[in-house]
Amino acid sequence: MTKQEQHTRTKRYGMVIDLDRCTGCGACMVACYAENNVPFKKNESDKMLSLNWIRVFKVDNGKPFPDTEICYIPKPCMQCDGRHMEGHSPCVSVCPAVATDYDYPTGIVSQIYTRCFGCRYCMAACPYHARKFNWWDPSWPAEMEKYLNPDVSVRMRGVVEKCSFCYHRYQKARDKAYLEGRDEIYEHEYQPACVEACPTGAMTFGDLLNPEHEVYKLSRSKKAFRLLEKLHTNPKVYYLSSKSWVRRKADNYLEGQSPGQQNNARKTETASH
Amino acid sequence: MTTPAIPEGVKRCSTGKFALWLAVVGAVLLWGVYAMFLVWYKGLNQTGMNDAYGFALWIWADLTVIALGGGAFFSGFLTYIIGKKELKSIINYAVIIGFICYSSALLILALDIGQPLRGWFIFWHANVHSMLTEVAFCLSVYFAVLTIEFLPIVLENPKLDRIPFLHHLSHNLHEVMAVFAATGVFLSFFHQGSLGGVAGVLYGRPFAFREGLLIWPWTFFLFTWSAAAVGPCFTVLITRITEKVTGKKLVKQATFRLLAKISGWMLLTYMIAKIIDTWYWAAVTAPAKGFTLMDFYTNNPVYGIWILIAELVICGLLPAVILVTRKGRENNLLLMTGVILAVIGVCINRWVMVLQVMAAPLLPFQDWYMYMPTWQEIATTILPIAYGIILIMLAYRYLPVFPQEKELNSGS
Amino acid sequence: MFPFIFEWAWDIPHLVFMGALWYALSIIGAGLTYCILKSLYDTATEEGGESHEHH
Ligand code: SF4
Ligand code: SF4
Repeated sequence: MTKQEQHTRTKRYGMVIDLDRCTGCGACMVACYAENNVPFKKNESDKMLSLNWIRVFKVDNGKPFPDTEICYIPKPCMQCDGRHMEGHSPCVSVCPAVATDYDYPTGIVSQIYTRCFGCRYCMAACPYHARKFNWWDPSWPAEMEKYLNPDVSVRMRGVVEKCSFCYHRYQKARDKAYLEGRDEIYEHEYQPACVEACPTGAMTFGDLLNPEHEVYKLSRSKKAFRLLEKLHTNPKVYYLSSKSWVRRKADNYLEGQSPGQQNNARKTETASH
Repeated sequence: MTTPAIPEGVKRCSTGKFALWLAVVGAVLLWGVYAMFLVWYKGLNQTGMNDAYGFALWIWADLTVIALGGGAFFSGFLTYIIGKKELKSIINYAVIIGFICYSSALLILALDIGQPLRGWFIFWHANVHSMLTEVAFCLSVYFAVLTIEFLPIVLENPKLDRIPFLHHLSHNLHEVMAVFAATGVFLSFFHQGSLGGVAGVLYGRPFAFREGLLIWPWTFFLFTWSAAAVGPCFTVLITRITEKVTGKKLVKQATFRLLAKISGWMLLTYMIAKIIDTWYWAAVTAPAKGFTLMDFYTNNPVYGIWILIAELVICGLLPAVILVTRKGRENNLLLMTGVILAVIGVCINRWVMVLQVMAAPLLPFQDWYMYMPTWQEIATTILPIAYGIILIMLAYRYLPVFPQEKELNSGS
Repeated sequence: MFPFIFEWAWDIPHLVFMGALWYALSIIGAGLTYCILKSLYDTATEEGGESHEHH
């Protein structure tokens, strides 16, 4: 493959989260708040009013002590490719004002805050509750305002926001590569803040189509699955787990169905694309 | 001699009594207006909505008033395009009710968006693939059509009619009304449908998602159909309430019966289609996404299977059967029961297609989401009702809305 | 909504959607214009007759 070809090749940036490793420490959430200037309120007890681009969920196997097992599931925006893998993510096709868009070169679903007028149709469309609405004017404690990230714009009241896979970091990496006369950016040059912050190394990030990237291999592992695959939203966030009960928590199964069948169905589906 | 403001030959109550009632309803209106400004000034944190309920009471109210306002387009269709002359006696009122419904819908939409000053983006930066874009366009254009249909009625006020230009304008508008009505029908078919499409295209929401024809999910057709079926019922209901309140006969019984008959057949066919749709969804669409029918109706405090039965049987098939049978239509009590049940049925349908969609959990580790509207949301939803009553009071008093009123009340 | 806005594309969805929109708008616009002009004309030509009635 020539250099030029490599550059123009479409990427599918994605994430693999190893649930066996995640301890639920929440470092990813904290890093995301800081990196993306996500505002917070004094009282965050109602989580459905909290702005969080990534949220860690705690699930258990439903068994009484001493058989109880616990698993933590960090959930960012899944950056869905949509049905038929054409970029018709559930949220993108519904936005009446083109305020959220599918970026074909990277596969990242963007959100244009100054274009969004707050109809919240995209929130109704997203099955993962990845989209958050600015119910209040954003505010930070006065001292903290000095620490806002200059690379990310703050959002105004009345618009929707969500995880961007730290797209500004992608832009920076791309600029750097350009200045150095490179067409490709290296795997380590573009990593979201949450992935960097994870102390157990549970999160991996890269181009799902690039065999040299770690996510390529991980996302194809036997342990890999995605949330709500049956909806055909085609997320680019994969999870790894060795426990079958965790797999069952990731999707809805009719009586007699099991995650294994699901996996095979997916394999044939991806193969046909 | 000055021309009286009240149309010739009809009796209206004294100005004092009228002003008193206006003040009473006006007080409710002011309460709503206060809440409206609170929402605009402080933002949507004044509502009970949250990130699970991006759509809630307001969107339901929107969908419902538009379905009920469908009486205007369907009566227009029957009067001007099919040529049902008998309906001329009720078409004015249907237009006024439609006008109220659609202006209310636009007002609620202006409240519901987080950045009202950017509302025009939906037109300017239109995404032609979004059902909501189609709704916004058709809704605003159809509202313009309704305004044009309303205009000649306003211009017939005796005082305005004296001005030669307005007199001619009203006459000329009447002349070409069929053209406007036809455009209105065309627009209505689409926006009523698109409102159904809003929920139906959500392939990430198994409760709402439906397969369909080309780009249109089945809900697209079902919404248009149900609005055409129930819109006229609402027109009949409001007209009967107006008759009760004013103590006068305003429209001939035969007109009510004709409208009820057409409604009844529309409703019956709609219910058959809706039941087939529900069955297919429960048997094929939802299971493919990992859900059984009962997953949507259990494990939560509100949405039991009762709501499906209420929508399809008690407020669907039952009123349809009442309205298609001659006995049902001729018995006043049965007729009104049928009409009211049909109206409730469409309200339930719009409710589940908005709120139950938001409530049903998707990930197995999530629970049902429940929602409680705040007083601000309730007040702003009651606001259009108060506004509608005031507009009807004014229209009834000052405009010749009912062409048969003089004839029907000459005896008394 | 207009071809000069950057989301615009000369593709089938835009042509069908916006075509229908502009079609409806032009019918409404033409209808209104006709009514207003005709009413102005009627008012102007009728002036004489009407003043007779009033006096
Ligand atoms: S997870 Fe939700 S917000 Fe993210 S791309 Fe998918 S549908 Fe859109
Ligand atoms: S809330 Fe904003 S991003 Fe979401 S659909 Fe509406 S305009 Fe688009």
